[in-house]
Formats: sequence, C-alpha cells, structure tokens
Amino acid sequence: MSEQARRLSTPVDTETAKSLRYGDKVLLNGIIYTGRDAAHKRMIQALERGEELPFDLKDQIIYFVGPTPTPPGRVIGSAGPTTSGRMDAYSPLLISQGLRGMIGKGLRSDTVIEAMRKHGAVYLGAIGGAGALLAGCIKEAEVIAYPDLGPEAVHRLVVKDFPVTVLIDSQGCNLYEIGQKVYRR
Amino acid sequence: MKEISVQEIIRVVEELCLEANCVLNQDVVDALQSALVTEESPQGKEVLGLLLQNAEIAEKGSIPICQDTGIAVLFVEVGQDLHITGGSITEALNEGVRRGYKKGFLRKSVVADPFSRENTRDNTPAVIHYDLVEGDKLTVTLAPKGFGSENMGALRMLKPSDGLAGAMDFVVETVDKAGANPCPPIVVGVGAGGTMEKAAYLAKKALLRDIGSANEDPELAKVEKELLGRINDLGIGPQGFGGRTTALGVNIEVFGTHIAGLPVAVNINCHVARHRTITLTGSPYSAR
Repeated sequence: MSEQARRLSTPVDTETAKSLRYGDKVLLNGIIYTGRDAAHKRMIQALERGEELPFDLKDQIIYFVGPTPTPPGRVIGSAGPTTSGRMDAYSPLLISQGLRGMIGKGLRSDTVIEAMRKHGAVYLGAIGGAGALLAGCIKEAEVIAYPDLGPEAVHRLVVKDFPVTVLIDSQGCNLYEIGQKVYRR
Repeated sequence: MKEISVQEIIRVVEELCLEANCVLNQDVVDALQSALVTEESPQGKEVLGLLLQNAEIAEKGSIPICQDTGIAVLFVEVGQDLHITGGSITEALNEGVRRGYKKGFLRKSVVADPFSRENTRDNTPAVIHYDLVEGDKLTVTLAPKGFGSENMGALRMLKPSDGLAGAMDFVVETVDKAGANPCPPIVVGVGAGGTMEKAAYLAKKALLRDIGSANEDPELAKVEKELLGRINDLGIGPQGFGGRTTALGVNIEVFGTHIAGLPVAVNINCHVARHRTITLTGSPYSAR
C-alpha cells in the first residue's frame, strides 16, 4: 500500500487501471459520470434494446452518487458515495462494455470482481458520509440524461483532485478484507 | 390545558430538518475526536480526521453533512392535556418536512410506493411515531435516516433459551455482515423484547440516545459496553479500511415480552447519527 497519493486523469486506459493496487490513494482529475440505482437500470435496459447510452463507457469512471440539490451560487450540493452493492446486478455488463472504474463505498459481489479481473477495471472508494467535503472537489456539474430521475439523473462532473482509495484492484485484491484482517481480534 | 397551533409545528419541523442535516450533533463530534486519539490504523485516523473536517465544511456552508439526507423519521410525544389547533398534526409534521427539505436544498429521497417507486419530490411521507404522555407539552424529535445504514439492520425472533448470549451474538453478527456498507464508525441501536414491531421500534428509538449515554439499568449498561468492545474487535474500522473504531456507541432499549419469545432488532446508524429534539410548551388555552 503506497501512502503517497497518485494523480490520475480520466479517461483511464486498461494499462493504467491495471497498475493500480488495493490501498493506493488516487486523486482523480477530469470528467467522471454519475449513476446510481435507477440510472443503472435504464442504462442496462438501453443496452438490451441496442440503444445508445448517455455517454460512451470506454475507459470512463462512474461515480455512484445522488447529490443533494444545487443551491444558488454553488456547483453541486453534498455529493458523497452511495452503497455500491445495489449496483452489483448491473456493473458486470457495463464493465464488459468498457467501463474502467467505479467510485462508491461498501462490498461488491464475486460476479462484479470477476468482471473487473477479466476486463481490467477498478473499484474505487470515496469516503462515505463526507459529501460536503467531496463536493469541494467537483468543479463543474451538468445533468446529461434522465432528468426525470431527480437526484438519480446522470450527471457529467468535472473533478479536481477528487480523493479516492483503491478498494478492489483489477487482480481482485480487496482492501476491506486485507485491511480488516490486521485489526480483527 | 395548553394549545399549540399547527403553524408552529410546521415551523419547528422545518427548522429541525435544516439543523439536523447540516450540523453534526455534538455527541458525534466528541466521539469522533476521542476515536481520533485511540484509533491505531493510520488509514482509520485519516478517515476520522476527514469526517470532522467534513462536518466543519457542512456547518459553515450550510451544506448537508451527507448527500443522503434520509427519510424523515419523527418521534412525537404529545402531552395528553395539550390541544392542537388549526388542523391535523400529521399533516403539519409532513408540511414541515416538505418545507424544510425544499428550503434547505436537501435531497428528496422518498418514493410513494415501494414497488412502483415514483419519487414524491418533497421527501414525504415522513415516518411518524406518536406517544401520548402526561402533561401539556409537545416534544418533537427528528431523526433523518439514510439507507446505507438502514439497509444493514436486522431482526430475529430468538428463542428464550438463546438468552442474552444469543442476543449479543446476533448483534455482533449483524454488524460484521454489514462491514463497510453502513459508513463506519457506526452507532448501533438494539431493541429487545415486546413483539416483532416493538423490538424494531425500540432499536430505532435507542439511536435517539446520545453516544456515551449508558442505559439506566446498570446490567444493560454493562451489556452495551461489552457489545461495543466486541464490535470494535471485529476490526472493520473507519470506512471498513480496517481499524479499532467500528462503532462509536451501542444503545440498548428493552421491553417486556411473551413467555415464548425473545425478539431482537438491530438498527444501525452511520457516523452522521442525526437526531434533533425540540419541546414546545404551548400557550394558555383560549376557549373559542
């Protein structure tokens, strides 16, 4: 586990994703996309019908977040990660279509981890419950799809030094498992 | 006899929504600060520091501490000698939530129906628990509940032979299974006894108690302490990255139960652990 944070720009290619190891600290820069339960369901339905997605998945990163409404004069409201496990049913298909990374918090299923290993994707963690702090790293925000979903609409965000930790790397190594073992009595 | 108008109820609930979501309770701040001293994991320490920093940013900028501003859960104690004027108290509580969530730019996270799942866009209906009490006051506690932690709760109808040991094992097992999902460090509410729904209600109610407030019964206070120790020995740590601080507190509430049963419910709260209370004294009753 390296202590020094590494700066990464999006999109992230397979080679870069594969170089990330569990526990690595990363500062993300560039465009990322938001999506949670309802948006994932719609994207999967669109793929099944052979329709285009709101954005090209290739080498992109999806942030599992439903921000609070944007007050006047701000870029976005509070914007911390939601529990990723609810996207487990959808993530493998998106990963197979080129999605390179996911930002969330909490456990993932074996099926998701298998898809990450197969296609060289990473699962990144932002601090759950630190939505006010994380909002400060979001410099631009725009709804690009499904506005009727309210907080669940797909946003395009421009982030600057957005802090994440590699929770599960492309080899399937899991910070939760390895980190917790050290302190379990 | 005293009276309180629904207008006043609307106003205070609106205020509670803003405060509870943007200002971290002092008991949580204190608990995070002491955890910062005792936590051994460097990653864990870093997370705890960031959570305190997040709370400062939220309070200064009136930004929600967490984007999941929850479903509004209200515990309302109505004095039996109090008269509510001008309309329905349930409508007033919901109207307060509606206004508070709009005014505070809080997230509307409630769907009208669990299956068709259309967002109501005003964060109602609130979940309201009424309790009729002696006196002529109205006490309203708002505890907005996010679902990262709520989804990790569990209820089990244990056998009397399982006893306290079985109940404690169930609590620890529930927290262990939840792992990183409920945004540790968590607060654990335990309800034991009563019936199925009474145990669940008590588990939620236990979360209204401040962190570090021991149960009045010294035996239960001991159980709370022992459970906190066992939970922190799980090693889950802040955010699940591994560490000593998995829970900040364990609160237990109990009630009489049937000779054949031992219901136990576990309600987990994330580190934001929102709860705000206000007591209204009302004005002298004016006969009209």
